[in-house]
Amino acid sequence: MAWRRILFGVLAIGLVAGAAYAAFYVAPEERTMGAIQKIFYFHASTAWAGETTFFVCFVANLLYIWKRKPQYDWLGVTCAEVGAACITVVLITGPIWAKPVWGIWWTWDARLTSTFVLWILYICYLLLRTLVDEPDRRALLSALFGVFAFIDVPIVFGAIRWWRTQHPAPVIMGGPGSGLDPVMRTVFFFNVFAMHVFAAFLIVERYRLASTKHDVEVLQHEAEAR
Amino acid sequence: MKNLNSIFAAYMIGWGVFFLFFVSIVKRTNDLRSEVDRLKKTTLKEK
Repeated sequence: MAWRRILFGVLAIGLVAGAAYAAFYVAPEERTMGAIQKIFYFHASTAWAGETTFFVCFVANLLYIWKRKPQYDWLGVTCAEVGAACITVVLITGPIWAKPVWGIWWTWDARLTSTFVLWILYICYLLLRTLVDEPDRRALLSALFGVFAFIDVPIVFGAIRWWRTQHPAPVIMGGPGSGLDPVMRTVFFFNVFAMHVFAAFLIVERYRLASTKHDVEVLQHEAEAR
Repeated sequence: MKNLNSIFAAYMIGWGVFFLFFVSIVKRTNDLRSEVDRLKKTTLKEK
C-alpha cells in the first residue's frame, strides 16, 4: 500500500534528520579533533548500516542456494545494492574527515583497504548479474559470489582490532581503554538506529523494483512463448 | 566552528549519494511498471 510506504519514508527521513540534529547540537564537541568529529556520527552509522545490509544479503544468498526461491534472489540483489550505496557514502565521508585530521585524504591501511575491497566486491556482484540473462543461472551465480564477498565483512570489522592502523581504534566493542562519552555514545547509537531504519526503507523500495523486474521477465517469457 | 566546510561537504555529498540512489530506484521502478502495462495490453490484444 502506497500510504504505508510514504509513511515509512517520512519516518526514516525524520529519524535521520533528528539524528543529524543530535550529532550537531546534543553531542559535545570532541576535545582534540573539534567539530570535524561530527562526521563520525554519519560515517560510522552508515558503515554499520551497510554491513548489516550485507549480512542480510549473505543470509538471502545462502537461503537461495538452499531453497532456490526467487524472492531470496530479489532480497540478495536489493541488499547488495543498498549496502554498496552505504559503503560509497562511507568511502566519501571518510577521506573528507581524514584530510583535516591526518593531513592526507587516503592511506592504504588495513581498514581503509578492506573497506575499498568490500565496495569493489559488491560492485562486481552487481556487474556479474548484468552478464547473465537466464534468471535461475544469474541468481545462483550471484548467490555463490555473494557468499564469497561476505568474507570481507568480518575482515573490515576486525581490521582495526587485529592490526595497527592509521584509522582510529574502535570506540565501540574495542576492549579495555576504549569507549565514548555517555552522551556521545547515546547520540551515536541513535544515529546507528536511524541509519538502519533508512536502509530498511531503501531495501523496501529496491525490493519492489526487483519484484517488478521479475513480473516483466515473466510477461516477456509468456509473449515469446506465444 | 572550525572545518565547517568539510562537515558540510561530508553531509551534503553523503546525502546527495543516497538521494540519487533513491531517485534511480523510483525511475527504474516506474520504467518497469510502464513495461508491465505495455506487455499486459499486448497480451490482451492478442487474446
